[in-house]
Amino acid sequence: MWQFLHKYGSPKIFYFTAGRWFRWLALPSLCFLLIGLVGGLAFVPEDYYQGEGFRIIYIHAPSAFLAMGIYSMMAISAVIFLVWRIKVAAMWICASAPIGAWFSFLALFTGAIWGKPMWGTWWIWDARLTSALILFFLYLGFIALQSAITDRQVGDKASAILVLIGVVNLPIIHYSVIWWNTLHQGPTISRLQKPAMDPSMVYPLYGMIIGLFLFYFCIAMLRIRCEILKREGRSRWVEDLVREKMARYRL
Amino acid sequence: MRPIRKKRLQIICLMVLALGGAVACILYALKQNINAFYTPSELIQQQIVAGQTIRIGGMVATGSVKHSEDSLDVAFSVTDFTHQLPVTYTGVLPNLFREGKGVVVQGQLSSQGAFVATQVLAKHDENYMPPQVAKKMAKAEAL
Repeated sequence: MWQFLHKYGSPKIFYFTAGRWFRWLALPSLCFLLIGLVGGLAFVPEDYYQGEGFRIIYIHAPSAFLAMGIYSMMAISAVIFLVWRIKVAAMWICASAPIGAWFSFLALFTGAIWGKPMWGTWWIWDARLTSALILFFLYLGFIALQSAITDRQVGDKASAILVLIGVVNLPIIHYSVIWWNTLHQGPTISRLQKPAMDPSMVYPLYGMIIGLFLFYFCIAMLRIRCEILKREGRSRWVEDLVREKMARYRL
Repeated sequence: MRPIRKKRLQIICLMVLALGGAVACILYALKQNINAFYTPSELIQQQIVAGQTIRIGGMVATGSVKHSEDSLDVAFSVTDFTHQLPVTYTGVLPNLFREGKGVVVQGQLSSQGAFVATQVLAKHDENYMPPQVAKKMAKAEAL
């Protein structure tokens, strides 16, 4: 049943597939981001309570979604790597981590910018903000661990386990605003009921979320290509590829 | 699935579950410390001594805000619709501070049972709508 997936376990095949995926996803990603950004920052009506300032939600909320979504992807890859020992999965985690770290930083940073004028403070140690900060540190911890262990096999295994340990934090981030009293408001769209946002405002937000997820896939595809070349540098097909490229560009 | 892989998967599931259970226990034990503030009703159940710095959260009671005429002193009540707590504060209020909207105040209980705030934060909710929609909803509610 899963036969068709087996070939993507090969770094060589994944290298070329990743290149194709990048080319297919780049334009849709840009379109969604453009619609979301222009719609959210320019065309959507102001909020009745927070005025024009609420527009930062179009950056803040999608960044936070991405920070958690990328971590989930890393966790799934970690399970695939640890159970089936597929090297491409470990490379996918390495390719994803810095992107996730940037998005979680962006979520914290835009959150602080939003918090100062609306709440009256940049930061408060409430459950949501603290657990989101821990997510940022988990990303940094992964990157540090990965670069600290020079033995690839040991490093991949140890850092995959670290990723799985951090998974506990994901439900905590999501439910923090429900389980505890927090200054941060409850979920607006990531809930089972209808979104707590007027329909005239919500579509650019969806556009940003879809656009950023596609953007993540694009960048991760590019990064995993580098990762594959770095790790498979001694294999025959990479040497052939380099020779072919050098001939084409007359180097 | 090959037995060795099945075993690895089981170990991973067990690890994540055990860790989740442990974290759940820790969070449950630390419940009181994780809450960013008490509601006025929760405050009554707590043994808070005067002078201890805490945060109180709730709604600014409608009609309770009284500004002083010659200073930045302001008095209002924080309510969770069961209990009310009178609060005094000296300073600039956040822009979103309104009657009937959320607020989180940090400060100390005075010996008279009133709350002396050193910081006032506005807590907005998760609802977003254009001003016209908000006006319509307010009208519908008034009817």
